[in-house]
Amino acid sequence: MGGSGSRLSKELLAEYQDLTFLTKQEILLAHKRFCELLPQEHRSVEESLRAQVPFEQILSLPELKANPFKERICRVFSTSPTRDSLSFEDFLDLLSVFSDTATPDIKSHYAFRIFDFDDDGTLNREDLSRLVNCLTGEGEDTRLSVSEMKQLVDNVSSRAREREGRLGLWLKLSLPQILEESDIDRDGTINLSEFQHVISRSPDFASSFKIVL
Amino acid sequence: SSHPLASVSQSARITGVSHRVLPNSPFLAFAGDRSGRRPSSKQAPPGRRGSPPGQQERARGSPRPGSPRRKQTDRRREQRGQERSAAERTCEGKRKRDGRASLREQRAPPKKEKEVLKKEEPWTRPKKPRSSSLASSASGGESLSEEELARILEQVEEKKKLIATMRSKPWPMAKKLAELREAQAFVEEYEGALGKGKGKQLYAYRMLMAKKWVKFKRDFDNFKTQCIPWEMKIKDIESHFGSSVASYFIFLRWMYGVNLVLFGLIFGLVIIPEVLMGMPYGSIPRKTVPRAEQEKAMDFSVLWDFEGYIKYSALFYGYYNNQRTIGWLRYRLPMAYFMVGVSVFGYSLVIVIRSMANNTQGSTSEGDSDNFTFSFKMFTSWDYLIGNSETADSKYAAITTSFKESIVDEQESNKEENVHLTRFLRVLANFLIICCLCGSGYLIYFVVKRSQEFSKKQHVSWYERNEVEIVMSLLGMFCPPLFETIAALENYHPRIGLKWQLGRIFALFLGNLYTFLLALMDDVHLKLSKEEKIKNITHWTLFNYYNSSGWNESVPRPPLHPADVPRGSCWETAVGIEFMRLTVSDMLVTYITILLGDFLRACFVRFMNYCWCWDLEAGFPSYAEFDISGNVLGLIFNQGMIWMGSFYAPGLVGINVLRLLTSMYFQCWAVMSSNVPHERVFKASRSNSFYMGLLLLVLFLSLLPVAYTIMSLPPSFDCGPFSGKYRMYDVLQETIENDFPTFLGKIFAFLANPGLIIPAILLMFLAIYYLNSVSKSLSRANAQLKKKIQALREVEKSHKSVKGRATASDSGDTPKSSSKNATQLQLTKEETTPHSASQSQIPNEKAQGSGTVLPASRHLPVSQPPGVRPGSGHPPSQARPCRSASGKKAQRPP
Repeated sequence: MGGSGSRLSKELLAEYQDLTFLTKQEILLAHKRFCELLPQEHRSVEESLRAQVPFEQILSLPELKANPFKERICRVFSTSPTRDSLSFEDFLDLLSVFSDTATPDIKSHYAFRIFDFDDDGTLNREDLSRLVNCLTGEGEDTRLSVSEMKQLVDNVSSRAREREGRLGLWLKLSLPQILEESDIDRDGTINLSEFQHVISRSPDFASSFKIVL
Repeated sequence: SSHPLASVSQSARITGVSHRVLPNSPFLAFAGDRSGRRPSSKQAPPGRRGSPPGQQERARGSPRPGSPRRKQTDRRREQRGQERSAAERTCEGKRKRDGRASLREQRAPPKKEKEVLKKEEPWTRPKKPRSSSLASSASGGESLSEEELARILEQVEEKKKLIATMRSKPWPMAKKLAELREAQAFVEEYEGALGKGKGKQLYAYRMLMAKKWVKFKRDFDNFKTQCIPWEMKIKDIESHFGSSVASYFIFLRWMYGVNLVLFGLIFGLVIIPEVLMGMPYGSIPRKTVPRAEQEKAMDFSVLWDFEGYIKYSALFYGYYNNQRTIGWLRYRLPMAYFMVGVSVFGYSLVIVIRSMANNTQGSTSEGDSDNFTFSFKMFTSWDYLIGNSETADSKYAAITTSFKESIVDEQESNKEENVHLTRFLRVLANFLIICCLCGSGYLIYFVVKRSQEFSKKQHVSWYERNEVEIVMSLLGMFCPPLFETIAALENYHPRIGLKWQLGRIFALFLGNLYTFLLALMDDVHLKLSKEEKIKNITHWTLFNYYNSSGWNESVPRPPLHPADVPRGSCWETAVGIEFMRLTVSDMLVTYITILLGDFLRACFVRFMNYCWCWDLEAGFPSYAEFDISGNVLGLIFNQGMIWMGSFYAPGLVGINVLRLLTSMYFQCWAVMSSNVPHERVFKASRSNSFYMGLLLLVLFLSLLPVAYTIMSLPPSFDCGPFSGKYRMYDVLQETIENDFPTFLGKIFAFLANPGLIIPAILLMFLAIYYLNSVSKSLSRANAQLKKKIQALREVEKSHKSVKGRATASDSGDTPKSSSKNATQLQLTKEETTPHSASQSQIPNEKAQGSGTVLPASRHLPVSQPPGVRPGSGHPPSQARPCRSASGKKAQRPP
């Protein structure tokens, strides 16, 4: 926020504080970080409030870089019509939901939307298996360096098979189990309320569903 | 439900004309405007039935800036501005009345004019349907009726609630902003109208103060968060190591805060008054270094052992004098000393229990978590704080392992193992560990005993002096890894293994501490038994000194130099010194362990890896993991020692504050530089209340010996603030007798009567029993409610299936596919009914369909249902806001 006039107006700040779970400092920090993602010439306050930052840049933030759900998170919070960029307000929404003080209610609401990969309002088998893939580091093979890649080539097929087998087995065993546990109305999918019902019982959801800038 | 309103609107239609003449209020503007357009006004402005189109409008209107809705607002604002200038001319009361009246008129449902209104004045309703619906011409009443006032008040309150809960609504920011501005404008507009006459000013003043208070609170909160130290450090660690390692540092920070308070208490109320107002050093024997020690009293080696000048300083119990009051303030130091000692425990107890309660409030039901193991693994295993790819990789690995584990669990639950071998190994392991524990206990007892022998000798080597501390620290260093090795025999599931390990380390520390205490107590008793003899010696020395012949009888002899007076071996100071030394050596051992075990190992692995036969990083030594459980237990026991020792060594808390401060920086550095994230399962939140539980236990255990010494050991006769008394707590009695009026003393004596205390204890037991049974019955009711919800849910399902599920998931961000009836519901009810149970919606809908106006429907369309709490076991109600959103979206024209 080096230059003059690069601060948010007081009224706006107050409103943002009313509407998010963030404190003033956090909002200012968020604005600063957001501005850093913008090209140099568009860093004035007005422009930063209007600007849309494409996902690639948001995903390069260290806080999100390692998150397997980063694309989903951005997609859920994006309000642009094409859903491929975030405005500053979307960004604030994101941080607010992931902040320390946000209610478990809203956290679980957004967690549901993040896990709902096909945006159809329920978690079905497809969503759950994609979730498992995310959790076990689906992308890790593609992120390796060349030398490691070579090493991997030999056993990649076996690993792939192993993963397939492992996940297949896990899913086969646990999917019915998960549905058994959380699908209250027995329609084969988990909806938001069922999800929140389960999540609210988890002792460490609220403490781990957190992103701090 | 609208009959009274209907009659009101009738009269409003009749009298409405007169108000058109006075365009002096914003509300009137609408009313006048409207009625102007329909001179044949045989209808009332849109009431309940009229609003749906407006609400549709609102629902359709995109909340983003620049949307039609925004423009409408602007337009209306403009208009209102003009109106206001006009209004200045007229008296406020009139305006108010008009406003109120116009508010009232809109109640009545016009059926015919709906279409017209929709076309002509889309802006009168959408934003503030409530205000505009309330805005209409007066029904002849001169002032506001109570009912209306109450209603407006209710609305304002509702709006305020909305403002307060806005942040927990799952809406995009633009929508929230728009809603917030609207609600704020509404509140501002109507707030002033509430109350009348003098009451009004008072009300306005109260509102002003409330606003100021909110602002102040927010600023204060901002300030508070700014004051929290080490936020960035902990955040860094969180992103590298996940929340479990960070939980240790958060715990450390919390501990630092608690110790700071204790430090302030002890320093402010005991040490500083003593230093400022007490008798200076060298004035009396207890404040002087004895002649024999004076030569070496300033040597570093002596000071390092807390002997010499440090021993005779305000850091230790023995330095304090038993004068009842000191200085010109007549500060009652012995009393303050006693009360501070008690309040250190009191404060710690309160703060630990409070944070424990805070923790348990978060996690509602522990017992339930067993039912959802798989779901939890799926939904809550990722730690979103992780911002480091290496950590992420190890987290992936950990999750994969846990997935595998659960499969294995599932498979092995029916698989038979060699039960006898496992059993034998477990018994063997436990036997070995008990041997270790006993051995370490005996070793400590032996060493403490030996140190008493040493203390009699003239020349004591450094090792002999510090043997106890060294042995205790070494035991603390080497026993846990030994336990871990032995535990490998047992072949437990890692999580159960971790619990055992924690329990054993706890037992080791506790055993060591208590053996140490017992040995110390032996020592104390020994000293106490010698005390009588020393007392006699002192007495006779002084007697002989003053009565000895060979001195001129006429001149009074100068008093004996305090350094020469023989004195007892003040056992309280000795105990304080032991704790002080233990704390310091513990700190040093911790730092050296970190330096050697973590840092040097990391350096070795990092730099020798280039020229070594095997891969050091992946192979044998590798990098150290951060040992959360060990560190936490160490911290807890250290705190236990502080609690025990602080009564006899007031300076101990100061040293502990320094220790925590340095270890915060040192450990932060060490963990970031030389540790790798570990894969053990030790979840953050659960562990937090676990730490607190351990802390509470240790606090209780450290309270015991202190209470024992205070209650049943006589204080030393020549040192400390309680010298000369039979017991330490006599200071209380003395103060009550001498400083309080007599009736208070009688009351205290009465309160201390066993006849009163025993019934009080009985009453407490009864209360515990009662609360326990209440909580049991509540949990039973909970279970029943759960069943009921499930049943309701099924009923709803069948309803749905009858009506057919229409998927409205065309727009991209609809989180839920909404059924048709939900959509219709939204339009007719506009999210207004408190979404209690979804069952009640069906009758509501029918009622609306048949044309009756529900009271609930009078609410503002913008008003959201009061935030529905999650997790309270009302799944259907939780689904509502979401569905409503989709409902609206479904209605939006393409």
